[in-house]
Amino acid sequence: MLKQLKSLSEKDWRVRIQRALHHGDRPWQGLLILFSGVVIVLMLVIGGMLWVKSSGSRNAFGLSFLAPTANPNWDPVNNLFQAWPFLYGTLVTSLFAILFALPIGIGIAIFLAELCPPWLRTPLTWLVELLAAIPSVVYGLWGIFVFLPKVVAPIGNFLADTLGRVPLAGALFTGPIPASGASRLAASLILTIMIVPTIAAVSRDVFLAIPPSQREAAKALGATEWETIWQVLIPYGRSGLLGAIILGLGRALGETMAVTMVIGNSIQGGISLLSAGYSMASIIANEFAESVSQLHTDALIEIGLVLFVITLLLNILARFLIWRVARQAPQEARS
Amino acid sequence: MSLFSELMDRNRVKRTRQRKTANAGMLTLTGLLTALALVPLFWIIGYVVIQGGKNINLDFFINLPRPLGISGGGVLSAIEGTLVVTLLAAVFAIPPGVLAAFYAARSPNTPLGVALRFSTDVLAGVPSIVVGLFAYTLLVVPMKHYSGLAGGAALAVLMLPTIIRTTEEMLKLVPASLREASLGLGAPEWKTSLRVLLPAASSGIITGFLLALARAVGETAPLLMTALGNERFDIKQIITSGVQSHLSVFQIIGHIINAPVDSLPLTLWKYAQQPYPERVAQAWTVALVLMLFVLIVNVSARVWIQSRTRRMKG
Repeated sequence: MLKQLKSLSEKDWRVRIQRALHHGDRPWQGLLILFSGVVIVLMLVIGGMLWVKSSGSRNAFGLSFLAPTANPNWDPVNNLFQAWPFLYGTLVTSLFAILFALPIGIGIAIFLAELCPPWLRTPLTWLVELLAAIPSVVYGLWGIFVFLPKVVAPIGNFLADTLGRVPLAGALFTGPIPASGASRLAASLILTIMIVPTIAAVSRDVFLAIPPSQREAAKALGATEWETIWQVLIPYGRSGLLGAIILGLGRALGETMAVTMVIGNSIQGGISLLSAGYSMASIIANEFAESVSQLHTDALIEIGLVLFVITLLLNILARFLIWRVARQAPQEARS
Repeated sequence: MSLFSELMDRNRVKRTRQRKTANAGMLTLTGLLTALALVPLFWIIGYVVIQGGKNINLDFFINLPRPLGISGGGVLSAIEGTLVVTLLAAVFAIPPGVLAAFYAARSPNTPLGVALRFSTDVLAGVPSIVVGLFAYTLLVVPMKHYSGLAGGAALAVLMLPTIIRTTEEMLKLVPASLREASLGLGAPEWKTSLRVLLPAASSGIITGFLLALARAVGETAPLLMTALGNERFDIKQIITSGVQSHLSVFQIIGHIINAPVDSLPLTLWKYAQQPYPERVAQAWTVALVLMLFVLIVNVSARVWIQSRTRRMKG
């Protein structure tokens, strides 16, 4: 009798645990939440690690590390580091890349989403996306041997002869471009090629998310195809398109290998787009494995930290803008 | 007809003509821009195929790099290193990625689900060189040496967003009736997920993994400060010497993943900057191998996803 009772209670105990765990569903749910948490926390861990490991450089130089200067110091032997030339190089190449890529990317998106005959749509979309799949080093190799001499050098000489003569703004285009063509202009142009697919893909999705009623209304009022696009669709998807641009900017800022191979890697360079420069990512790529002191390593990690923070903020902003379009679109379609 | 209305009509005709011209002009322009963007694609592919195809041969794949002037050198060390690093990345990235994707697909609108999808998107935008620095501080500094392990970890972080996104999409494509049938038969949630949903979505998940792999294989920047490069990396030699000194399988694997390794993009980067024509020629061949791999994986994965999506939805 006692034995029976005991076995029953044992059984009961097991059943209770099984019930409490929902036949294994609770641990499963816990596992899923754990790994989702890991992915979410990863961003914080990346930022935290870079913050901790760059403490040496942060304590030694403070904010003057990033401040603009006319005569920047980057002297690993004497442990003097200032990151301004890299910051400038990254910002100016990325901004010009966006300037070039914006009309091309939006133009492609318009063509793919609104105008293209259906049989051509899928292959063209794929081809544009393949442009993003080619590894960055291959871009760099092609850049050194083909793009620099055949495209960049002639464009650079032309710019130096025309825009370079304009007072004030001409400071950005003072020549001559280095004979090899390796310059900030080369980096901007190669970045343009690399971010066009990003801008095109995201803005195409934005156009596709706009409800057809908007197009129908514009056409019913007598607008031409182009007027529909320019006066109705682009204003409607404005924030999404802005998101696409910011996303492209984020990609341009962080691009490493192709830029390192064509920018010329020179710390002295003035402000001209046509002279050789350096970018934040390329100084890390070139010097990190061969850093000469702990402070040198710390300074490079701090540059990485700055890059991380900038791209993080831009990405959060971009995603927020794109999500807003995606969320508002179906609601309006319903009402 | 009065003069006034005649003038109005003339004006209107003129405006209509202007609008039509503007329309045609701008629409053509978008087509031309699309064509313009594709010029570099074909230029790069064509040039790499021509330059790289010149000296592609069997030696290239089966020999270790040799000093300049000695013929028959290959990039075996880089090929083996790429394999080691990407395999490690797959091991690190697939289990967490797939589990997180299950969560994102099951409960997309809970606070955690929204946070997960948002951080996946943001993670995809983190520059690869920053991820390299992260792996350096996380693994290389405490271990005090560069290793394939650290390289694999860096690539895993880069693969994670792609794996989560595609797995989530593929899980969402599995018909709800399958899930309901399994739950209705009394299977618990976890068994339903692993035995019904996962197999149903498996081919799509593998495709997503291949896309992530294609991205990881071409990455150079994060390997500069983690895997470092190692022209003498030779798995065969590590295994033979390990067997000779009676090491266990795990110790040998430990030796393999703890050594600094080469990889194809890393080799390409080093060779491209050397002033010797032989090295540059080899760089083009590496570029060809790399590019063909990436493009073939990309195109076939996309074809597969497309056909699958159509079948599941239709």
